[in-house]
Amino acid sequence: MILKIILSLLWFAIWMLLSWPPTITNALAGIAVAAFVTFMTSDMFDSGANPLRKPSRYLWFVWYAAVFLWECVKANLDVAYRVIHPDLPIRPGTVKIKTALKSDIGLTFLANSITLTPGTTTVDIDKERGLIYVHRMYIKDGLAISDRLPVVDRFEKILRKVFE
Amino acid sequence: MIEHIGYALILVGLFFDFFGCLGIIRLPDVYNRLQASAKCITLGTCGILFGLFLIKGFTATGIKALLCLLFIILTAPVSAHALARGAYRSGVKPCPETVVDEYGEDIKNIK
Repeated sequence: MILKIILSLLWFAIWMLLSWPPTITNALAGIAVAAFVTFMTSDMFDSGANPLRKPSRYLWFVWYAAVFLWECVKANLDVAYRVIHPDLPIRPGTVKIKTALKSDIGLTFLANSITLTPGTTTVDIDKERGLIYVHRMYIKDGLAISDRLPVVDRFEKILRKVFE
Repeated sequence: MIEHIGYALILVGLFFDFFGCLGIIRLPDVYNRLQASAKCITLGTCGILFGLFLIKGFTATGIKALLCLLFIILTAPVSAHALARGAYRSGVKPCPETVVDEYGEDIKNIK
């Protein structure tokens, strides 16, 4: 129930921002829309966890956003370098990575972070076996196949504090 | 001052978008192209939208730009993931430069 109230408040806020400036007509329409969307989709978000239980997770989420932004800028410079380079320095391939995250939302965030960090894109997730298949743009010689993505470990450590 | 930062961000965003498009042309296969487009076009477009927000401030335009930014960050990697997975499953081969292909092997075993 508390999740439904929080979700409908969130949808209402998004509606109000989309239909800026705020007037009474917009607010009335927004209440109807927020109630309808919550009724239709709230079971998709129901992970069983109480969002108010562990407040420190919101601070960890802010830290996650900062790390993520930095990695995203680095990823873009990396792609720009590879694309401008006349020899096109790529050695692509797909590898699998083990993950300890269990919740759907945690895995979603981890997969999205992998996609937007340097040289890696998520291709598939195997939830039962806890595997993430990652396409990498540049695989160095002489590295073992699994456990070589320090970025993923870093994100996983933060995301476990946020979502688990 | 803040307006100039906005214009600078729009310029940076345009540059990254340009590199993303260049990547789509130059890189050899679907998966590498998806890397370039997913990364560069997300940050490039977000840069343009955030620059627009800085220029317009908390007006109707600025706030909508901010919301679009949020939705692009949330949806662009998901669509890249779906495209890569769909391409693999429907049998698009990775380019000949590929070094290892653990996902391709695992899919064969499952089938």
